[in-house]
Amino acid sequence: MIPSIDYLLLSAALFSIGAAGALLRRNALIVFISIELMLNAVNLSFVAFARQLGDMTGQVYVFFVLVVAAAEVVVGLAIIVSIYRTRASVDVDDADNLRG
Amino acid sequence: MTTSDLIALSPELIVTVLALLVLVLDLFLPPERKAWLSRISLLGLLAALVANALIHEPNPQAWQGMLASDAISGYFNFVMLLIAALSLMLSSDYLQRQGLERGEYYALLLTSTLGAMLMGSSADLLMVFLGLETLSIPLYILSGFARGQSRSQEASLKYFLLGAFSSAVFLYGIALVYGATGTTNLAALSQQLGTMSASPLLLAGAGLLLVGLGFKAAAVPFHTWAPDVYEGAPTSVTAFMAVMAKAGAFGALLRVFMLALPQQSQLASDWGLLVGVLAALTMILGNFVALVQLDLKRMMAYSSIAHAGYLLVAVAVSAAGGETAGLATSSLLFYLLAYTFMTLGAFGVLLLLERQGENLALNDLAGLALRHPLASAAMALFMISMAGLPPTAGFFAKFYVFSAALSAGNLGLVLALIGVLTSVVSVYYYLRVVYYLYMRPAAVERPIYASSSWATAALVIAALGVLVLGILPAPVFAWTQQALALVLP
Repeated sequence: MIPSIDYLLLSAALFSIGAAGALLRRNALIVFISIELMLNAVNLSFVAFARQLGDMTGQVYVFFVLVVAAAEVVVGLAIIVSIYRTRASVDVDDADNLRG
Repeated sequence: MTTSDLIALSPELIVTVLALLVLVLDLFLPPERKAWLSRISLLGLLAALVANALIHEPNPQAWQGMLASDAISGYFNFVMLLIAALSLMLSSDYLQRQGLERGEYYALLLTSTLGAMLMGSSADLLMVFLGLETLSIPLYILSGFARGQSRSQEASLKYFLLGAFSSAVFLYGIALVYGATGTTNLAALSQQLGTMSASPLLLAGAGLLLVGLGFKAAAVPFHTWAPDVYEGAPTSVTAFMAVMAKAGAFGALLRVFMLALPQQSQLASDWGLLVGVLAALTMILGNFVALVQLDLKRMMAYSSIAHAGYLLVAVAVSAAGGETAGLATSSLLFYLLAYTFMTLGAFGVLLLLERQGENLALNDLAGLALRHPLASAAMALFMISMAGLPPTAGFFAKFYVFSAALSAGNLGLVLALIGVLTSVVSVYYYLRVVYYLYMRPAAVERPIYASSSWATAALVIAALGVLVLGILPAPVFAWTQQALALVLP
């Protein structure tokens, strides 16, 4: 059996990749995908901890996170589409009207 | 599910039903009658306030330990319903003038209110997360509500990307705390942490929770979204968001940090110091950057960051435990109510002055006192309150926070000192607004004050709130002290 710590390390690595992508990439869609990667890394953590602790709570969490992530996708893509319609670009560096 | 569970949840249930009702009714109302939705929402919020006042039996583990219905949740529900009601009164005519009136606005605003209420009464980290998302997702949409304006779209995109990022960080914090302790129920967590020593996993988890909530509360260094979003979003949304997101975030900070994490231990002094550093940075940066802002919404954004700093002082010193924790909790609750009145009031005056699609700059206020003496007097009152000068709510709010800090040892002393000094700095930019209102000759006969009876009523309520809390703070402070019974075992 694969020990839980391996899953946790994988999850931490995925989370870090996602966080780096969200902070470094300039395309709004890629940033968004990176955030989804972070959420799914957390899901892996929940499941791994649930197995380690022999407790179902962590598994149930995953369902809630999936639903929340779906709601975020709906709103996020709508926002990105509406930006693309007016600017024909989803580069976050182009969104620089607001600064001070 | 038992009857007592339903009673404990009744204010939230009313708001949920109300949001759905508004969404459905919107389909059947002709465009010129959309203002009805605002009236219906107000009535529903009133019903929720009554239901909230009628809950007497505390139920700390309602819905199988998901929700807590106690003195603190009662207070938070009251403040949040008040915020929603005042925002609705302020926004209805503004939306019409700006051509933004659509039924979804009200449904989204109510959903967001529901999320904040859930955060303030959560008894489980899962509930905090769900409340946080229910609060945030409607706010992402609302800040992009002026779809045609590229500023509003940009605000929405920035808020969404950074908000979703911070939610993911917050969620990872929950996962680590769950892994370290095996539970996410806040009461069980507090019991377990009393006996076990702090593991690195737990410390990392608590740190990530703090980052996630710090984003929502716009604490430095997680504040970068706030000025842009406040500036770009429609002003009625900015007003709502500035207060509601803060109330929700501090509701969660209170539940997680002040009530669940242990006090007077090594872990407590660790997170107390961490929050203290954030508070100091937030107060300093918020106040100093606000000094150079000429756009009024941007200035208010930095001012709200600064206020988040003062609120964080209360969170930080509560780590000292004992009587200090009780004082800090009451002062946080009092500050939130004072902040509600003065911020919504100030934004309310700006709303009435704003022209289509343009933000107000400081210059636009020049000489306004001659043309609109009452509105100027109200604005001056709110600014004086924000600066923390007596006899206003802002003075006592800061007074209580700093006196709680002074009873908390060296960390508290330093924080109180920074707080007082930065408050002095803030007097400059708040009173500069008053100076422009009263002592600058008007360059142009703009902007035009668009009076409306609902907005005027909201401004009167806010002004009365600021004055009553400033002259007779004792009854409200006594009310917030009911929360003491929960903090002091």
